[in-house]
Amino acid sequence: MRTILHSDCNGFYASVECLYNPDIRNKPVAVGGDADKRHGIILAKNEPAKAYHIKTGEAIWQARQKCPDLVVVPPHFDRYMRFSRMCRRIYSDYTDRIENFGLDEAWLDVSGNDADGEAIAHEIRNRIKSELGITVSIGVSFNKIFAKLGSDYKKPDAVTVISRENFREIVWPLPAEDLLYVGRSTKRKLNRLGVYTIGELAAFPLPALRSNFGKWGDVLYTFSNGYDNSPVMHADESSAIKSIGNSTTAVRDLENNEDVKMIFMVLCDSVCRRLREQGAKAGVVAISVRDKDLYSFTRQKKLFSATDITGEILDTAMLLFRENYDWKKSIRSLGVNVSDLSPADSPTQMTLLLDERRRERMEQLDRSLDGLKRRFGSFCVRPATLMKDPVLSAFNPKEEHVIHPVGYF
Amino acid sequence: MKQYISVTAKFDADGNVIPLCINWDDGRHFPIDRVTDVRYAASLKAGGAGIRYTCRIQSHEKYIFLEENRWFIENDKTEKAG
Repeated sequence: MRTILHSDCNGFYASVECLYNPDIRNKPVAVGGDADKRHGIILAKNEPAKAYHIKTGEAIWQARQKCPDLVVVPPHFDRYMRFSRMCRRIYSDYTDRIENFGLDEAWLDVSGNDADGEAIAHEIRNRIKSELGITVSIGVSFNKIFAKLGSDYKKPDAVTVISRENFREIVWPLPAEDLLYVGRSTKRKLNRLGVYTIGELAAFPLPALRSNFGKWGDVLYTFSNGYDNSPVMHADESSAIKSIGNSTTAVRDLENNEDVKMIFMVLCDSVCRRLREQGAKAGVVAISVRDKDLYSFTRQKKLFSATDITGEILDTAMLLFRENYDWKKSIRSLGVNVSDLSPADSPTQMTLLLDERRRERMEQLDRSLDGLKRRFGSFCVRPATLMKDPVLSAFNPKEEHVIHPVGYF
Repeated sequence: MKQYISVTAKFDADGNVIPLCINWDDGRHFPIDRVTDVRYAASLKAGGAGIRYTCRIQSHEKYIFLEENRWFIENDKTEKAG
């Protein structure tokens, strides 16, 4: 039988900030983005702030209404990366099968002849507390899904064991949306079918789940019954990247296509450089748009031929945008995402419809620009268009945000 | 309080770092007589985390932390330097 641990750093960003500022440790603290750049949302909060029902993702002013004394500190991503590495160092004393899930969560497979998962979990919990000065909650179970539920079950600084003997009592009464990947819309659909708890989901006939959710029906059935047997990735296997994206909230609302193009230029430059660093080409381009009333949508398009050329991806993004936006409202934030990745050196069918010689020249141009930017910084060569509004275009998604959320599959 | 300090340290052939002497701003030096323990640890008092050296200095026991490439001590505000 497998022994899987899921370790979750409690209020990670906020805990690290509190460690570094002893004076604020017992006050309600939240880590928030830069309100002047309009990134003013709560990224994380500590335990006292949780008591005020402050939620990750809400605006700082909303949080202040709930708790006027809230201490909001700016994020230090380099610190969080360092603490994440230090956690991993501790985990690696127990197993080489460690799969990170974001910066602050990880699965560990500690299976072995005489593995006492609970004892290992307590040892890790104590070591992180004394060596890093932050707390974790750890779930111990026989599959990754229940281990994750376990780490959410009791926190902070706690260990929960979900075994084959007790999972019906612990897991099944929990609401269905606690299950990994049951989001708002799946929850709504389940509720409509009269399914509110994980237990009710587990008892739901598989054919009926399939007819309602397609192949997700199988996943829900497997997860809720504890049949998940997906492996914990090996420490030196990096997961194959499935998509690359960047998004930003602009410093001011965008009013016209020209503004949008400036933002897309910067985003596409970052996305395409990352794409080329990975040695990949993209088959699908997607954009996300959010207007000033926070209504958002995404649109995607399959490319005629896989590409890593910045110009082509930018043109596709602009095309998608023009086809799908009517400018009834100004825009607050934009994103570009590429997927359907394939290795850049895989053989491709040339086409008569595209000017392949020109494409080759564009690829060479991109490579030269990449070299310059690597040596002299992202701002050393820029399209002249961006100079029309240097304030709007003065952001650097490639270096500013290196934390990419990951998917389970 | 977190106080960064200047330290003279030895790098041995195995890559271990051992602090030898604390050099105070006012010119005084405090040789470390013995390092009795080395471990990863957080300092809740000073606010930081790194490698903690338990040192004997003039028959006092003192923690010295190496956090990335800076050394610091936990300084009680009331305590006299050294």
